Amino acid sequence: MAENLKCSICDQEATVHLTQIVNNKIHKVDLCESCAQEKGVTDPEGFSLADLMSKTPFVATSGDDDQAVCPSCGQETVDFRRTGRLGCSDCYEVFKPLVFPVLEDMHAGTTHKGKIPIIALSRQSSKMQLKDLQEALASAVAEEAYEEAARFRDQIKTIQQAEELELAAK
Amino acid sequence: MIESLINDDRAELTQKAKKAAPVVLSTRIRLARNLVGPPFPERADVVQRRDVLTRCAGQISALPQMNKGTFFDIADLSTLEKQVLVERHLISRELCDGEEGTGVYINKGQTCSVMINEEDHLRIQFLKTGFNLKSVWKLIDAFDSELEKTIDVAFSSEFGYLTACPTNLGTGLRASVMMHLPGLVVSGQMERVIRAVSQLGITVRGLFGEGSDASGHIFQISNQQTLGESEMEILERLGNVLKTIIEHELNARYKYLEESREKLLDQIGRAYGVLKNTHVIASDEALNLLSFIRLAVDFGMLPEATRADVDRFVIESQPGHVQYAAKEDIEPDARDIARADRLREEFTNIPTLAFDKLKDSE
Repeated sequence: MAENLKCSICDQEATVHLTQIVNNKIHKVDLCESCAQEKGVTDPEGFSLADLMSKTPFVATSGDDDQAVCPSCGQETVDFRRTGRLGCSDCYEVFKPLVFPVLEDMHAGTTHKGKIPIIALSRQSSKMQLKDLQEALASAVAEEAYEEAARFRDQIKTIQQAEELELAAK
Repeated sequence: MIESLINDDRAELTQKAKKAAPVVLSTRIRLARNLVGPPFPERADVVQRRDVLTRCAGQISALPQMNKGTFFDIADLSTLEKQVLVERHLISRELCDGEEGTGVYINKGQTCSVMINEEDHLRIQFLKTGFNLKSVWKLIDAFDSELEKTIDVAFSSEFGYLTACPTNLGTGLRASVMMHLPGLVVSGQMERVIRAVSQLGITVRGLFGEGSDASGHIFQISNQQTLGESEMEILERLGNVLKTIIEHELNARYKYLEESREKLLDQIGRAYGVLKNTHVIASDEALNLLSFIRLAVDFGMLPEATRADVDRFVIESQPGHVQYAAKEDIEPDARDIARADRLREEFTNIPTLAFDKLKDSE
């Protein structure tokens, strides 16, 4: 062999080279003996490379990429590489450049085509709207812009009444 | 703690009167869901996990589908009790190692379980005996929609339902169908099948998922991909692959019967003989022999009702169930004796093999 490949997990010399085709895409992984054992690669039953890849760190193609930190949960790039998992729902935005290529290999597509939680989303957006309006109201009052304040107050009332109606309907 | 659950003779997977189908034992679908805000369980601290648990527990118990359900805090369960729940596919192995603030809701018929703070905040699961992808999806979809009315789920229009691991992103849906494939195993075709379906993004595992072997010729077949296709597309694709596997399995069985009739009848006859008379039996052997009894039912040599009994024996022959039934801590050797005693007793109610009723074709 021209060059010794390194294990994708621990950097030792790789002796196990795997190739699997999923959805016409080729996945390749190089592993050392002990990591291969540990990941169950030697077990012919139920072994899947996609599984392995989902549970092993995503190997950096270049060592100098940006170190990002999620402002919500504190997860860092290095955590994602180590665990292959995200820390909270905001992480997907923060680590998108890292996650996206992984998704391309892993799934049938990279955009959600399934169910949408319409009720939860509309509730969340009306909550956000309410919060925005309340902030606007507070600053209007502070600036003594009473006409504007009255308008915000009416809008808040309308949303709250709609919510009460919805609750009563349940 | 789980006493009533184990003794419930109407539980979906172990009830006596249930009609069981050939080839497909059961269908399970799970959905991964997370809350907006708190970190995912692995990253959350105890306070955050407890908070998610209390927030969700109330909402889940209020759902009509959870009527008369029971909540178990993982910290309150013994190792053995957890093992029994794993053997019934009601909780995952990962949940067993869950830290403080981890729990599961299980409904009355044991068709629905919701794990809280496993890998994701919520893992909803519905299961039914037989090949029932569409009807199980309807149940779980309705449950999920109901839950969404009170819980703010993490969702992005681009990536769908957000999950701790990108492997579950999008629909968060994993459908697993448990299949009995003695024909494909005996004819040496199983490896080819595994390779072929893996190229279609479908995974084949043993009875207890990852890393478990395929004793009893039972395999769990599930979708690997969760993003880029709608739930219906995923289920349809999986369903089509499963139908092909069923067809191949039946062909393999009849081919085996045609080519090695005496050998097959001998295997079935011996399995019956051993199970009826055994005094010491390990779970692997029990499962492999029970596989031939299930096959005998499919071939018409035993009444249809026996199939559900066999499926129950498969679960009750698991180490945790045998130990639990013994009501004391027993060593593996004693377990093999207890298992044999149980099977011998159960087999007094199984009719004799009707070799003359063997159906030579479908």
